[in-house]
Amino acid sequence: MTTARSARTTVAALLIVGVLLFPLYWMVNASLQPSSALLETPPRLLPLGGTLDGYTEALSGQGGALLNSTIVAAGTVLLTLAVAVPAAYALSRFSLPGGRAVLFALLLVQMIPGIVMANSLYAVMNTTGILNTYAAMILADSTLAVPFAVLILRAFMVTIPRALTEAAEVDGAGPLRVLVSIILPVSRNAVITSGLFAFLFAWADFLFAVTLNKDDAMQPVTVAIYRFIGAHTADWNGVMATGVIASVPAAVLLVVAQRYVAAGVTGGALKD
Amino acid sequence: MPSHRLRGALFLAPLVLYIAVFFGYPLATNVGMSFREYTAASFYTGEAPFTGLDNYARLLGDPLFAKTLGNTVLFTVGSLAFQFGIGLALAVFFQRRFPLNGVLRSLLLVPWLLPLVVSGTVWRWIYDQEYGVLNQALLGLSGAVERLTGWAPLGGEGIAWLSSTDMALTSVVIANVWVGIPFNMVILYGGLQNIPRHLYEAAELDGAGPWQRFRHITWPLLRPVTAVVLMLGLVYTLKVFDVIMVLTNGGPANASHTLTTWSYQISFTELDFGTGAAAGNVLILIALVFALVYLRSGRTADEGGAR
Repeated sequence: MTTARSARTTVAALLIVGVLLFPLYWMVNASLQPSSALLETPPRLLPLGGTLDGYTEALSGQGGALLNSTIVAAGTVLLTLAVAVPAAYALSRFSLPGGRAVLFALLLVQMIPGIVMANSLYAVMNTTGILNTYAAMILADSTLAVPFAVLILRAFMVTIPRALTEAAEVDGAGPLRVLVSIILPVSRNAVITSGLFAFLFAWADFLFAVTLNKDDAMQPVTVAIYRFIGAHTADWNGVMATGVIASVPAAVLLVVAQRYVAAGVTGGALKD
Repeated sequence: MPSHRLRGALFLAPLVLYIAVFFGYPLATNVGMSFREYTAASFYTGEAPFTGLDNYARLLGDPLFAKTLGNTVLFTVGSLAFQFGIGLALAVFFQRRFPLNGVLRSLLLVPWLLPLVVSGTVWRWIYDQEYGVLNQALLGLSGAVERLTGWAPLGGEGIAWLSSTDMALTSVVIANVWVGIPFNMVILYGGLQNIPRHLYEAAELDGAGPWQRFRHITWPLLRPVTAVVLMLGLVYTLKVFDVIMVLTNGGPANASHTLTTWSYQISFTELDFGTGAAAGNVLILIALVFALVYLRSGRTADEGGAR
């Protein structure tokens, strides 16, 4: 391919990306303009002479919600890894009877519609009296992340050569020791990836938060945005600034773990 | 070494317990609820009389059932067709070698990583009837056409994307297609990468054009991946909740309710948890049918040696 042709392809690709990412630009653009400027015809295509008021407003008004989202997401990461790491280790290093059945179950439960989970978890959590707590949201959000994390971690751990652990086993190291001092350090990247995805799933959750929590003081940012656009439809500046802030974890994930993200899209979905 | 296996099983035990407590038990509860008159009061009094199939009869007899089922089909088929088509076109395009290819490809992932509530909110602003950029652009175009021909396609009125019963479902589908394109593109791109280059080189030597190469090499060899993408896309699309809730809440006049959002409304707005559970079970049944088809197709793909 000649240089001129590949340069033209790059231009075409830039145009495609520009069109597909336009909604995101439009969010950032609106987040930097005063609400009055957003109600002009024709719209301002660039946020010239913009304002950061939306961000100040978002941080002062939605600071609590952002904190709630962080607490719930961090809790979900811890719970998910605590369940998924040992399970992936067991499924990858020991030929356990029923191991295949567990993997099959993990694929199947990912297909249960969230609204069904919400409906049934509401009933169960009501009986046990943990509705309207951080724990309720953390436990519910972990159901999104645990199957995914086990599948990703197992797929990685299967590829660790036996020879690496056999030496330690000969020296008398038990399974826990092998997990902590050999498997975990080698699987660092897979653990980080599944942890980041668990964070993102919980951070983005709306369904469980809107059904299992009625306490405004604990509502995460997704529910806050939903209620906000219901109540102040004219304040697009504040809404969009909150939206931009709520997108930060996704952006961080893309920058920090870029090459694992594409793997993550397929990792939980495709069988190995 | 049985004791070795036993110790391995101990590491698996928390997950097995987790599946039983967080998937098994709630799902059994959901099935139980669907056969009972379960209302908000039931949660306090503990009384939920057994009513057999009444909830299902009420659900299927509700005129909204046929409407939401139809909406669900339109929403799913419309979303899948365009997500897949555009995703495949992009995947093929990014097969070419050019500067910035990798960077641009990962930028396209951003819409997939964004919280769906945020994506929905952005689209709500774009669709805004008076000040949304979509109507402003369309009205501008319509005005230009009017100056040239004396005929204004939009008649000076913006389209009521979200508040008209005719448009709401289409608007929701467009937003959902946008959300789903990256997922389709990434998986299909991965599938394309696995097709051996030499097949294309041989076809090119034989004088096959781009369309023939796509038709006779790409499409048949991509089939296992296509099956996986479509099945997963279907299961994910049936679950969509956030985008619809943020854009339309299922309205106006239930015009954009799918089984998922309607089931939410029955349980959490009308507080008829028994019928909501029944609606959820119908949804599970649909998802399960396609899940089994997917798992079967996955097996045939594995046996075929392709992934």
